[in-house]
Amino acid sequence: MIITKPRDFSRIIANLEGIGAKRVFLMGCGQCATVAKTGGEPELEAMAAQLRDAGYEVTGWAVGEVACHLGGTKLETRKRVGDIAAADAVLVLSCGAGVQTVADSVDRPVFPGLESVFLGNVIRAGVFEERCQTCGDCVLDLTAGICPVTTCPKGLLNGPCGGMWDGMCEVLTDRECAHVRIRRRLAEQGRVAAKVVPPKDFSAKLKPGSLSLREERRRDARKRHDVTQGGRS
Amino acid sequence: MSKLRDALDVGQFVVTGEVAPPHGTDLGAMLASVDRIAPYCHAINVTDNQGATLHLSSLAASRAVLEAGSEPIFQQTCRDRNRLALQSDLLAAWTLGLENVLIVTGDDPRGGDHPKAKGVFDLDSTQLLEVARGLNEGVDMNGAPLDGGCDFLLGAAAFPEAEPSDIQLERALQKIEAGARFFQTQAVMDVDVFAERAAVLREAGAKVIAGVLLLKSARVIRFINERLAGLMVPEHLAKRITESPNPLEEAVELATEQVVALRDVVDGVHIMPLGADEALVSIVEGAGLA
Repeated sequence: MIITKPRDFSRIIANLEGIGAKRVFLMGCGQCATVAKTGGEPELEAMAAQLRDAGYEVTGWAVGEVACHLGGTKLETRKRVGDIAAADAVLVLSCGAGVQTVADSVDRPVFPGLESVFLGNVIRAGVFEERCQTCGDCVLDLTAGICPVTTCPKGLLNGPCGGMWDGMCEVLTDRECAHVRIRRRLAEQGRVAAKVVPPKDFSAKLKPGSLSLREERRRDARKRHDVTQGGRS
Repeated sequence: MSKLRDALDVGQFVVTGEVAPPHGTDLGAMLASVDRIAPYCHAINVTDNQGATLHLSSLAASRAVLEAGSEPIFQQTCRDRNRLALQSDLLAAWTLGLENVLIVTGDDPRGGDHPKAKGVFDLDSTQLLEVARGLNEGVDMNGAPLDGGCDFLLGAAAFPEAEPSDIQLERALQKIEAGARFFQTQAVMDVDVFAERAAVLREAGAKVIAGVLLLKSARVIRFINERLAGLMVPEHLAKRITESPNPLEEAVELATEQVVALRDVVDGVHIMPLGADEALVSIVEGAGLA
């Protein structure tokens, strides 16, 4: 899930003051930001109270199912069209993807209410850790299911680096070195460490990423069609 | 014409020293340091934004060392440049007459003077060694032929005394496989333990130049133990220095003893006097290497 954390309230106020907004509509997210306890119903209520204390009028709030889902968010904002029309700005308590989806769905200025920090694993309720960078070129097959791109602070594919001491990381000194963990787990599983893990293909993660299953289906259908036609001729 | 290569090839015990380029453009202090230590060294490492703090580039400073009549070891870290810049700087180094290269990962930026910088680490040190070996063979990292190649003497860093030692050694052997011909190591603390592990690397075909650090004061020892994870000064050595009426003299004596002990077990020493260049001279002379 996408991990978010509260944005500095003074920055939110500065954003609202920047356009002279007095009335605000709030939107949250029923998915990640609800689990992260940053953009669910309780957090929206708290934000509404904080804004009222600061002298703003809150015209309403809504927590859609998934803020980053364009169809769902459009539907949600249509349901609340009156409250949104009554507002000068919409403040979104979701990740940046959700903020942009809301911005594409309403005609009011939209501001981020959270900071998006990482793609996180839920270790236990309220405890999140970054384990994957969505790099598009997975090396977990070589690294015993431990991602060095993410969990080594330097992102080294081959390690440990010269700072490892007693199996611990030199940058985050309270953590075990990711490469020590990798090599140990490989050994425990009777697997051989790769001689040298080759350089990463950063073109697998060019910005902006996009993927359309529809287009892929169309391409596959065309290919099947060509093969059938080719077989006949 | 690398003197370091020649010396290592004939089995001569080598001495390397280290200078830091300036935080600015005045090369005076660095060159004065080179003048003082060069007569006692086969080659001098020129650090690359060491400790992730801003300095003039190792490339230009290495050239300055060469022009001053001494032999530099151009250090290149993976922290500040991507694969294009790293290869491009290596090619530049060759045209500037720099033949010795030490390839290291580099400290993380969050420990340096620009903690908001992006640590690049596009390649790691093992991968960069492979790339540099390719340049020596006349091809870039895509295998495309170069219009004029290089013939670097390639070095890497190792930390033989770090635990877990099997992982540490496996890692160093990986670097040899990638192209490292010599190692310059982290500071030796226990010569016996060090020698045993260095032997594995020497058997694998690499030359080992052992790091000797001048533990010149209680402050330095505290700094190493607290700030430089990866280097822990054992209690008995720390005591010997801190309880001495003259810590600097005691540190020189300790370093000299280490050099003498290392003479029979490795291929050379890399002396890190932490700015006390006179101490380097005393150590080399004291060990009978001058």
